[in-house]
Amino acid sequence: MKGPPNLDNFNVTPKMVVGVILLFAAIFAAFSTFYTVQAESQGVVLRFGKYSKTVDPGLRFKLPFGIDKVYVVPVRRQLKQEFGFGTSGASNRSQFSPSSSEQAEERSMVTGDLNAASVEWIIQYRVQDPQLFLFKVRQPELTLRNISESVMRTVVGDRTVDEVITIGREEIESDALVMMQELVNKYELGLSIDQVQLKDVNPPRPVRPSFNEVNQAQQERESMINVANGEYNKVIPRAKGEAEQKIQAADGYAFKRVNEAYGDVSRFNAVFEQYIKAPEVTKRRLYLETMKNVIPQMGKKVILDEEAQQILPFLQLEAKKGGTR
Amino acid sequence: MKQMTLIALVIGAVVAVILLGNTLYTVPETQQVIITQFGRPIGEPITKAGLHFKTPFIQEVNSIEKRILAWDGRPNEMPTKDKTYIVVDTFARWRISDANQYFLRLRDERSAQSRLDDILGSETRNAIAKHELIEVIRTTKDREPAADSTLSNTPGNIGVLYPINKGRAKIEEEIFTQAAVKLQDFGIELLDVRFKRINYNQSVRQRIYERMISERQQIAERFRSQGAGEAAKIKGKKERDLQEIESKAYRTVLEVRGKADAEATEIYSNAFNRTPETVEFYDFVKTLETYEQLFDDDTTMILSTDSDIFRYLKAVEPETP
Repeated sequence: MKGPPNLDNFNVTPKMVVGVILLFAAIFAAFSTFYTVQAESQGVVLRFGKYSKTVDPGLRFKLPFGIDKVYVVPVRRQLKQEFGFGTSGASNRSQFSPSSSEQAEERSMVTGDLNAASVEWIIQYRVQDPQLFLFKVRQPELTLRNISESVMRTVVGDRTVDEVITIGREEIESDALVMMQELVNKYELGLSIDQVQLKDVNPPRPVRPSFNEVNQAQQERESMINVANGEYNKVIPRAKGEAEQKIQAADGYAFKRVNEAYGDVSRFNAVFEQYIKAPEVTKRRLYLETMKNVIPQMGKKVILDEEAQQILPFLQLEAKKGGTR
Repeated sequence: MKQMTLIALVIGAVVAVILLGNTLYTVPETQQVIITQFGRPIGEPITKAGLHFKTPFIQEVNSIEKRILAWDGRPNEMPTKDKTYIVVDTFARWRISDANQYFLRLRDERSAQSRLDDILGSETRNAIAKHELIEVIRTTKDREPAADSTLSNTPGNIGVLYPINKGRAKIEEEIFTQAAVKLQDFGIELLDVRFKRINYNQSVRQRIYERMISERQQIAERFRSQGAGEAAKIKGKKERDLQEIESKAYRTVLEVRGKADAEATEIYSNAFNRTPETVEFYDFVKTLETYEQLFDDDTTMILSTDSDIFRYLKAVEPETP
């Protein structure tokens, strides 16, 4: 530029027009040749709409003016879809169904014993093959949602409501995972399913109290049995012990009885041995010894002459004990 | 003169660009292209992605999807063979296999989707009406359900999978084969059809809930009665065991005591019954022992002087002992 513009001298030459056009073109080209592929992603490059190559993360170049087109696909990011519920704040638009009535439809299923169940689950997946993911199927994420719902109902439809709600959860997860991956491969979605997780699995709301009632009744049964067992345990061991006590006492009695018998007999034999040597004297001695012990014990003693029996009626036999002495 | 050549140059360039723009076209990976001349398709559809040429102005480029497409049916209420009203939601995958045919018969995707609605909708209806509900719910014929141990031996249909003849997958396949043939005419290849959702309709749902509730209540009642029964059993066993223990003890006690008594008696009689002398001596000793315990200080004893103990009371030499 040379000083302030002199409009009178300013001639638009063709050279200038071409120059300005070329300049803008060059700036535009420079900006549209650079692009960055983030660490978690891969870039798929198309030339004139035809697939040419897949590039790894980093700063990359391409041909400008729409000759090369790049799709960046986050291959390393784990993506998630939710069914029957929605965690708000998701960046992924296909993560959950927007309307709650749609979510209610997603949840409700029919089980193999023709009962109803409400099943919430999530799947976690990744883009495995960006080329297939981009070009093979239109709306691959919607397709995945459909597959997931169809498979979950197939798996749940083969099970009883009790399996679905309680004991069969892990089996459902693993079976569903296998079937989903099979279909995803068949449809060539270029995705890999990492995980199928059941979330809240419940009987339908109106039925729920009756399921709880079953649990309660089960508890009641256990507690009734426990109470009865408690009663049993309170009484029986004690009765056993008491029985044992009585038997031991009887055993003791038996020992005592027999030993005493032996003792008595030994004593008798020993005394008898002496007695037989001098029966008259011994007998007399024993008699007198006994009398000596016996007579003082008695409260009142009346000694009568053998010829004075008529006195007897006058005696006051009712005399109280301790009255005399 | 210089100005003239410049203008000619610019016009030439513009014409060249327009011409080139009308001759060159790109086919993306996701599309195929039919070239039409005055509305009539010319040659085979171009499926190879990349840069292509055509005759400018008279030939037109018509882009048609090459990818696998989705058909997502509306939920429809329909009866099964056993007259249960259910809401069925199906989806299908399809592809434009014959682009020319497709272009001629349908022209655009909207009319294709409406054909799919018609054909798949009616085939689904037919298939559902021909089968009982359980056939579209279950898939595996011989699957044995895992039993919840707490619910085992429950009367009724709890924990039982209803038997099927065909199953969901076979019925989906039937719909698929019927519909696939009809769609071929439109240049559409049907890839598969699946049930997305099958549900009871609102009024049926209410009945199902009632049944489920009564089923569960029956289980609950059974648990309660089991509890009462078990408790009664234990109570009975308690009574029984108690009686057994006590009576056994009673019996043992009496046996032991009886045996001991018998043994003692035997010992005594063996010793005392040996000879007439032992009998007499025993009699004597025992009588004396009895005296020792017979009297207390309440007793009044009247003794005659001719009793043995007082025989010396009146005289040193009594006449007769």
